[in-house]
Amino acid sequence: MSDAPTSSLQPAVRTEVLRQSWSVGVATGAYGVSFGALAVAAGLDVWQAQALSALMFTGGSQFAFVGIIAAGGLAAAPAAIATAALLGLRNGLYAIQNALYLGVRGPRRIAAAQLTIDESTAVGIAQDAVPAKRLGFWHTGMAVFVFWNLATLAGALLGNALGDPRRFGLDAAAAAAFCALLWPRLRSRDAVATAVLAAFIAALSSPFVPAGVPVILAALAALVVGLGVRGPRGESPRSDGHGHLVGEDPLP
Amino acid sequence: MTMWIAVLLACSACFALKFVGYLVPESWVSGERTSRVTTLIPVALLAGLVVVQTVVGAGGALMLDARLVAVAVAVMLLLARANFVVVVLVAALVAAGLRALGWG
Repeated sequence: MSDAPTSSLQPAVRTEVLRQSWSVGVATGAYGVSFGALAVAAGLDVWQAQALSALMFTGGSQFAFVGIIAAGGLAAAPAAIATAALLGLRNGLYAIQNALYLGVRGPRRIAAAQLTIDESTAVGIAQDAVPAKRLGFWHTGMAVFVFWNLATLAGALLGNALGDPRRFGLDAAAAAAFCALLWPRLRSRDAVATAVLAAFIAALSSPFVPAGVPVILAALAALVVGLGVRGPRGESPRSDGHGHLVGEDPLP
Repeated sequence: MTMWIAVLLACSACFALKFVGYLVPESWVSGERTSRVTTLIPVALLAGLVVVQTVVGAGGALMLDARLVAVAVAVMLLLARANFVVVVLVAALVAAGLRALGWG
């Protein structure tokens, strides 16, 4: 999907962008194994796990969706959908950044939207010239998509083969995965305050509301801290130069 | 609601948010407070998910079991800058090991 302007790139630059794109794709996509295994442990079948990786294609939202279904079953589906959407909100912010250099219309805009994730944005905005930005965005998006989906299938089949998720500690693996997703985001005092308040809200409300709802209520902590304190504004996405955004988790 | 409908609704919502970003002007989200809240929303949701997955049992009661020990080990690994897959795998092994020993 690289288009005409990319042909004006110097071969050395082009090679370097492609190398970065596909190495990020392999490294990030591999984490799909853990998603596939946790998805079937949560009660989804292999095809539903695969549909999430192909159609949702945003790791944090996918983990949140299956985590809430695991805790509350289908009754928690509305909360699972709402949480997945709230976590996917950041992709819309990345899209606003990417729109500035991608110049996409029609079907290409739909493809660009689907491939808009942390990694494609990070590699795209890290390049200097517009042709290199476009090349990096498209190839990283496609590479992560391919490997994330292949790895999801492998993980879902593996999870099916394992059987009882608790016996293999897969519930604890999900908890640890959310810790690892939260960790890189705790870089400011506001973030730590938000996390502590959200944790209290979730713990205190859990006995009184249906499964899944405590996580939605926890989101109120972002409003309380974000609107209540006078601090620096949130950051626009910045690339760390290695195919990831500063302060982002390692998933797509 | 069937599982398939839930899956497809969630996928549609996430795609719509990605797509809308290509249609709206940047000024919509560049306000100081808006940008602070949007940065903090994932932090709040993920902290809520950590708590629910770690100490909430069936029926919503708080429950201390093998998951809490596994997450404590995960936090130590994160402090040591361990890779995502290592953190997740070791947490599973810790919980599976404790349960094999008959606890949690």
